[in-house]
Amino acid sequence: MVNQSNKVLNTNITKLVNKTYQYGFSTNIEKDIIKKGLTEQTVRLISKKKQEPDFLLEFRLKAYRKWKGMSEPEWAYLKSPQINYQEIIYYSAPKSKQKLKDLDEVDPELLRTFEKLGISLTEQKRLANVAVDAVFDSVSIGTTFQDELSQYGIIFSSISEAVNHSSELIQKYLGSVVPIGDNYFSALNSAVFTDGSFCYIPPDTICPLDISTYFRINDENSGQFERTLLIAEKNSQVNYLEGCTAPQYDTNQLHAAIVELIAFENATIKYSTVQNWYSGNEYGKGGIYNFVTKRGLCAGKHAKISWTQVETGSAITWKYPSCILMGDDSQGEFYSVALTNNYQQADTGTKMIHIGKNSRSRIISKGISAGKSKNSYRGLVNTMSKAYGARNYSQCDSLLIGHQSNANTFPVISVQNSTSKIEHEASTSKIGEEQIFYFLQRGIELEKAVELMINGFCREIFTELPLEFAAEADNLLTLKLEGSVG
Amino acid sequence: MNLDLPILEVKDLNVSINENKILKNFNLKINQGEIHAIMGPNGSGKSTFSKVLAGHPSYSVSDGDILFKGISILDLEPEQRAHLGIFLAFQYPIEIPGVSNEDFLRLAYNAKQKFSNKPEVDPIEFFQIINEKLKLVNMSPVFLSRNVNEGFSGGEKKRNEILQMILLDSELAILDETDSGLDIDALKTISSGINKFMNQSKAILLITHYQRLLDYINPTYVHVMQNGQIIKTGPATLATELEAKGYEWLS
Repeated sequence: MVNQSNKVLNTNITKLVNKTYQYGFSTNIEKDIIKKGLTEQTVRLISKKKQEPDFLLEFRLKAYRKWKGMSEPEWAYLKSPQINYQEIIYYSAPKSKQKLKDLDEVDPELLRTFEKLGISLTEQKRLANVAVDAVFDSVSIGTTFQDELSQYGIIFSSISEAVNHSSELIQKYLGSVVPIGDNYFSALNSAVFTDGSFCYIPPDTICPLDISTYFRINDENSGQFERTLLIAEKNSQVNYLEGCTAPQYDTNQLHAAIVELIAFENATIKYSTVQNWYSGNEYGKGGIYNFVTKRGLCAGKHAKISWTQVETGSAITWKYPSCILMGDDSQGEFYSVALTNNYQQADTGTKMIHIGKNSRSRIISKGISAGKSKNSYRGLVNTMSKAYGARNYSQCDSLLIGHQSNANTFPVISVQNSTSKIEHEASTSKIGEEQIFYFLQRGIELEKAVELMINGFCREIFTELPLEFAAEADNLLTLKLEGSVG
Repeated sequence: MNLDLPILEVKDLNVSINENKILKNFNLKINQGEIHAIMGPNGSGKSTFSKVLAGHPSYSVSDGDILFKGISILDLEPEQRAHLGIFLAFQYPIEIPGVSNEDFLRLAYNAKQKFSNKPEVDPIEFFQIINEKLKLVNMSPVFLSRNVNEGFSGGEKKRNEILQMILLDSELAILDETDSGLDIDALKTISSGINKFMNQSKAILLITHYQRLLDYINPTYVHVMQNGQIIKTGPATLATELEAKGYEWLS
C-alpha cells in the first residue's frame, strides 16, 4: 500500500516542483591561480601573493605544521569520501589591476555576477541598510558603505586589508577564539585562508547598518577558505548576515571556513546565516563539502551572542556554531533550521560552554530530512564548576519527509556545577501522506501544503532572522524540497 | 449544466488494495437534492468507497467508472475533484501541527475561489466570512488560531469538518461516520449544520453505523453494504428496521 501510494504522490510532486538551483551558473573570468596541492611552499606563496606581514606567515606555517600531524575527525555521522587535499587549488583570484580605490572599478563581469545573485555593489543600486563585503573564490572584491561606517569608528573590510590597516587587532584576536589546532579543518583554514571579512565595533556604538558578507565559490577546482573576525567592544551592538552560493558542478568543492566572534561586556552580536551552497544533484553527484568552525566568545559580563542559521545547501555540512559563555550573566543562543534532501548529509548543532555565573543559553534546532538524506543534530551543553546558576534550555525537533530519510539527535550534557539547570526537549514528526491528502481534499495544492507545514515547523527560527532573510529562507526551503514528499 | 444528469454515478466499480478486492461491481446513483445513507457492518467497504470517491492514492480502481455530473473523474487528482465539488468529511480528521486553522481554511476557500474565477480574499475579508459560518456549528472564533485539529476533542474535530463543508459549499458532501463519537448535543449541532448546508442543488452521502443520526437528517434512500456491494436499498424506514434486527437479518 505504501509503495503504491507513494508512487502516485511522487508523480504528483515531481510534476509540480522541478525547479533547478538558480545560482548554479558560473562566471567566466580571467583568474590568477596557483598550482594545485598543499605544501609549505603553497602556504608561503599565498602569504606572499597577499603581501602579508611576517606574523601572519608565522601563523600560517604553524597551522600548516599542526595540520600535517592531524587527521580528519571521524566522529560525525557522515559518510564522506576521502578528500584528496593535494588535488585542490588553494588560491584562485579574479585577475585585476593593483588596488581598487572605488567599487565602480571592479570588473563589470564580477559586479554582474553578484547582481545576478541579488547583491548589488554599485553605489546606485546597493541595499540601503546593509553593508556588504563580497567574496569571490579566494578574495574579497568589494565592500560597501565603508566610509559611512568609519564615521562611527566602525571598521568593516576584507580581512586581507585589515591585516594591514588593523594589524594590531588581527594579531591580538586572530585565532583567539578558534585556536589553530582546534580541529583538522581549523588548522587547514589557518594555514591557507585567503580572505573573508573583518569587523570592529568600537565601545558604546550601535552599528547603524546590518553588516554582511556574501560568499561565492566560482572555480571548479579551488577550495574556499575564508575567515571572519568580528569584535564588538563594550556596550556595542551589531547584526551580521552571511549568505553563500556556488555554481553547479559534477565535482565536489571543499569549503572550510572559520568565524570568530568576540563580545565584550554588555555587547551583543547577532550572527545570521543562510547557507545555500550547491548541494549536488538528485543522485548525489557534485556539491560543496562544508566543514566550518564558528565560535563566539562572550568575554565580558552581560555579553550576548546569538547564532541563527538556515542550512539548506552543501552535499556535506559539518558545522557547530558555539558560544563560550565566560562573562557572568552572559548569554548564548543558537537557532537553526537544517534541511537536507536527496543525498545530502548534515551533522550540525552547537556547543554552549558555561563558565561565568548565571550564564544562560538557549538552543532551538529544527532538522528537516527528505529524500535519502541524513540529518543529525549534535550538541554539547557544558556547565563548568564555577558556573553557578547557569541555565540552558534545548529543544531539538526533527521532521521527516518520505520514508527513506534519516534524522538523528546526539545531545551531550555535562554538568559540573550542581546549581545549574539544564532542560532538554526533543521530538520527531513526519509529514505523512494522510496529512497531504487532507490538504488536497480541501483543494489546496501539494506545494502549498508542504510549504505551510514546513513554515509552521520552522516559525520559531524564522522570526529570529532579519526581515530580508526571512522571506528568502522561506522560499528556499520550499524550493529545496522538490520531489521529496510522499 | 444538464439538470437531468445525476451528481454522482458509480458504475460497476472494482477497487482493490494490495490485491484485496474491496469493492466489487459497486453501483450507485445520486441525484441533486437527495440524501443517501450507506450502512453496513465493519469492513464492508464503506470508508474505502468514500476515499475512492475523493481520489485517495492508496486505492486502485481496476474496473468500472465514477461519473461526477456526467464526467469521469477517475483520472483526476484529489485536489481537482475537490475543486469540482466533492467534499469528504473524514472519519478521523488528521492533526496538522504548525498550521493554523484560519490559514488552512482561508487557503482552502481561496483555492475554490480561484478555481471558479472569483477573486481571492485577504485575511480580513475572510475573517468576516468564516465568522458567519462558525455560528452555524456553534464554534468560538478562538479556535481559528489553534492548529488544524491539534488537541481538538473528538467532537471539535467533527465540527471542524462540518464547518469546512459549509465554508466550501461543495455540491457533493460525503460524510464518513461524522456522527461517531459525538455526544447528543454535538450530534444535534452537527445535524443542524448539515441541514442548513443541504438544498435542492446539492447531494449528501452519509456513511454511518447508527440510526440515531437519521433521527435528525432524513435520508432519501438507505443502502446496506456488505462485502463490497450494496445488498439492499430502501426508504428511510429501512434504517429503523436494521436498528431493530441487525445486519444478520439481511444475510
